[in-house]
Amino acid sequence: MASMNVITVRYFASLREHLGRSEDQVEAAGLRCVADVWRRVSAESLPANTLVAVNQEYASLASVVRAGDEIAFFPPVTGG
Amino acid sequence: MTIRIQKEGFDPWRELAAYQETHSIDWAGRYGATAVFVGSLRDFNQGQAVSSMALEHYPGMTEGYLEKISAEACTRWELLDTLVIHRYGPLSLGDPIVLVAVWSAHRDAAFAACRYLIDELKTRAPFWKQETTPGGVRWVEENKT
Repeated sequence: MASMNVITVRYFASLREHLGRSEDQVEAAGLRCVADVWRRVSAESLPANTLVAVNQEYASLASVVRAGDEIAFFPPVTGG
Repeated sequence: MTIRIQKEGFDPWRELAAYQETHSIDWAGRYGATAVFVGSLRDFNQGQAVSSMALEHYPGMTEGYLEKISAEACTRWELLDTLVIHRYGPLSLGDPIVLVAVWSAHRDAAFAACRYLIDELKTRAPFWKQETTPGGVRWVEENKT
């Protein structure tokens, strides 16, 4: 269950495989934007072309995050 | 405006017939043009033979994004209705992957909206293809054209 003080971080496709996990729960304290969230979950730099979403809407690394948000990182999409 | 994301295979032509049948009373005489795009799984990609594929998606965001572009299409063109069906999970060669259908009074709006929907879907809807080739399993890195 998502607690009020937590941000859920999700990964998809090749990025999920690279990290070896599909999701993290991180404490929201001290996290202001999407870039802060990435630095919290990984010591690596974010792969080029990575797309980000906040609460299932496209966003940018500068987008503001809040406790309870769902942040996603994923590679370029290839549907259709 | 209907969007379906499903694991089960589908026959796009039966889906179209069934969808039109469901709306036959409402729609009688109201459209003069139906534009349809069907995407199916090829046996080659980027120079390699492809024997099967799996599609991952972001449940929730996928539906939300397709709803957003369907609504956008309805504001840009005079449309009677739109239908998008997309598979996820394991797929076999020749399987239909996606169906986009648009009904309108005139062909210009139908063609344009259908093209818009499939182009937006391919460039922005959160799906990811993983192909099985003779060299092993690989993620498709980006959609070309």
